[in-house]
Amino acid sequence: MATIVENNAKKQLLWIGMGSIIMFFGGLTSAYIVRKPEGNWLEFVLPEYFTISTIIIVFSSIVLFFVKGQLRKNNSAFQLVLSVLLLGLLFTFFQFKGWQQLISQGIYLTGEGSNASGSFLYVLTLAHLVHLLGGLVALIYVTIQAKKNIFTTKDSLAIDLTSVYWHFLALLWLFLYALLNFY
Amino acid sequence: MSDHHHKETFITKYIFSTDHKMIAKQFLITGMFMALVGMLMSAVFRVQLANPGEYSVLYNLLPGGWISEDGALNPDKYLALVTMHGTILVFWVLTAGLSGTFANFLIPLQIGARDMASGFINMLSYWFFFIATVILMSSIYVEGGPASSGWTIYPPLSALPEAIPGSGTGMTLWLLSITLFVVGSLLGGLNYIVTILNLRTKGMSMQRMPLTCWALFVTAILGVLSFPVLLSCGLLLLFDRSFGTSFYLSDIIINGEALHYAGGSPILFEHLFWFLGHPEVYIILLPALGIVSEVIAVNSRKPIFGYKAMVGAILLIAFLSFIVWGHHMFMTGMNPFLGSVFTFTTLLIAIPSAVKVFNWLATLWRANIRFTPAMLFAIGTVSAFITGGLTGLILGDSALDINVHDTYFVVGHFHIVMGLSAIYGMYAGVYHWFPKMYGKMMNKTLGYMHFWTTFICAYGVFFPMHFLGLAGLPRRYYTNSSFPMFDGLSDINEIITFFALAGAVAQAIFIFNFVYSIFKGTKASKNPWKANTLEWTTPVERIHGNWPGELPVVTRWAYDYSKPGAEEDYIPQNVPLKEGEEEH
Repeated sequence: MATIVENNAKKQLLWIGMGSIIMFFGGLTSAYIVRKPEGNWLEFVLPEYFTISTIIIVFSSIVLFFVKGQLRKNNSAFQLVLSVLLLGLLFTFFQFKGWQQLISQGIYLTGEGSNASGSFLYVLTLAHLVHLLGGLVALIYVTIQAKKNIFTTKDSLAIDLTSVYWHFLALLWLFLYALLNFY
Repeated sequence: MSDHHHKETFITKYIFSTDHKMIAKQFLITGMFMALVGMLMSAVFRVQLANPGEYSVLYNLLPGGWISEDGALNPDKYLALVTMHGTILVFWVLTAGLSGTFANFLIPLQIGARDMASGFINMLSYWFFFIATVILMSSIYVEGGPASSGWTIYPPLSALPEAIPGSGTGMTLWLLSITLFVVGSLLGGLNYIVTILNLRTKGMSMQRMPLTCWALFVTAILGVLSFPVLLSCGLLLLFDRSFGTSFYLSDIIINGEALHYAGGSPILFEHLFWFLGHPEVYIILLPALGIVSEVIAVNSRKPIFGYKAMVGAILLIAFLSFIVWGHHMFMTGMNPFLGSVFTFTTLLIAIPSAVKVFNWLATLWRANIRFTPAMLFAIGTVSAFITGGLTGLILGDSALDINVHDTYFVVGHFHIVMGLSAIYGMYAGVYHWFPKMYGKMMNKTLGYMHFWTTFICAYGVFFPMHFLGLAGLPRRYYTNSSFPMFDGLSDINEIITFFALAGAVAQAIFIFNFVYSIFKGTKASKNPWKANTLEWTTPVERIHGNWPGELPVVTRWAYDYSKPGAEEDYIPQNVPLKEGEEEH
């Protein structure tokens, strides 16, 4: 009984924490939305690396959906979780590539040649990546635990929490990508 | 689950404690220390306003370099004092000191839980707060002094390190400190919410929960939704300050040299800041209002009038607090239509506020009132809430606000409605729950002396400020003696300063009573106020786990006072309903 209550409490902690993160990005993106029509706003095409990372994080999120299925079949979740971790690292790599391309295009975070549009792009993507690092740490933990084969359908709280947070990060990125691309 | 006794060392019991009661005391003591610092700061700048440019013995409290050669307070340090006073009182005292203390202390005890959902996160919450405190205090001693651009840290003063002396290292430390403060608040808030949702004892439905817990619960929700926006606001400011971005800055010229900033808007900062800033008012107020509801019901020996309406009012106030931030910005060139929308939403807050006041008065009406010091402070809160609320109607209306914007009228208003209400609520809480916190009673006579001197002095300080504001006297000015149009107001400034100093001295009565009672106070009984809530069913001695044996089972709401047919005029929540007895 105590475990059920504790598990519920941990899940709620995560959900409410994600509510806080939504408000944090709500602040940043509303600033972006309000600032853009004010003018002095440099328009540029988003690096294609960000599109690649978008596909990767969506794919990683889909892969995570199959983890519980593996557990139901009494199979190890190790390989699937490891692949999500690798996809997460790949996403991070392409985010860096995206920033590299931005710099080669002359879009800077700061300095004489910078513009608010570029600064916002860097801040939003960087803030997302910082939150993603938390997800990667959780995935590393879950991968190590999965290697030990300790998860079952009834005892998979760490996987459940990590999955929820990772799906959230994917959705958050999709929102940011859509905003930066289409608004 | 029932055996929570374990060996505690000095460090795990008093320093890195995970017991919610000890963490509450840590918040209280730190909050009281910061209140003292913030109050002394206000005493210093009030002396400057009464005797502009003259030496005062109080200035000896200040770090070297804050006083000019002729013994006067430096103008830039006046701004530093005002900024730090506001920051300390708003965040350190009335957010962490109030909410941190009573949420930690009361939530597990009143809902019948052993502790918070996560004792470790709870401990982290305090220590983030503590480190934030150390950093904020250390900023007083850095070159250039602490942040000086007002507690609202508007850019460009906060965004350009070279703007004014306090814009340098002091401002950087302010931002670092507030970031840690917010992280601590978020950790605490998450814990409070999850604890209330999951760990209520058997029978403690949300409909039976004491109003204190309801208020603390909604406050925590406000915090986790609004503080992150302050973080995003601060993040962009940090980028402007440290990396040279142009989120809030545009076309700045310093010493004839044009800086590279282009296209930014300080108004954007104001929007983000006040999106936190207004919910923050209720993060401060709601816990006090919850405490007051409890104290008034207990000492009126009557059920709280309109329990459901009280809960509804708390929820409505919380919701409305998110859509009124623009009333702080009527003078920013806002579209008049938008201004009227914010006026409308702001004035709507009067409805739930009036509901609360009506219900408190109805509870007091024809009650068998016990005028304990806690009760006096609770009634004082209601008084300040009404007085300050009335001037809020003027400031909430854009057409009226522009006449008194940024004047002492505003200072008088928010100090009464937010400062006094919350401080009185905090005092009510300390006097009321002191026996549960320390197992001792506070001295009543000293409590009465404290209340009346504080009450008279506080009105003596803040009531005349409305007239200064109506006369057009701007806030935050170092001196009012440089403008002949305000010469006639100097007497009022002297009177205000007299009351401010007297009020500050009066707080010594409380501090003495508090410390003396901890060591020498009369031993408290288990339930000295004959109250119904669960904390009064715990033993006087502190137990990690709160109740020896099983947790209490709740069968009734918290307000069965003077129930017809009952033997006594109170029935604790864990007393089973008699056969045929109906719940309220």
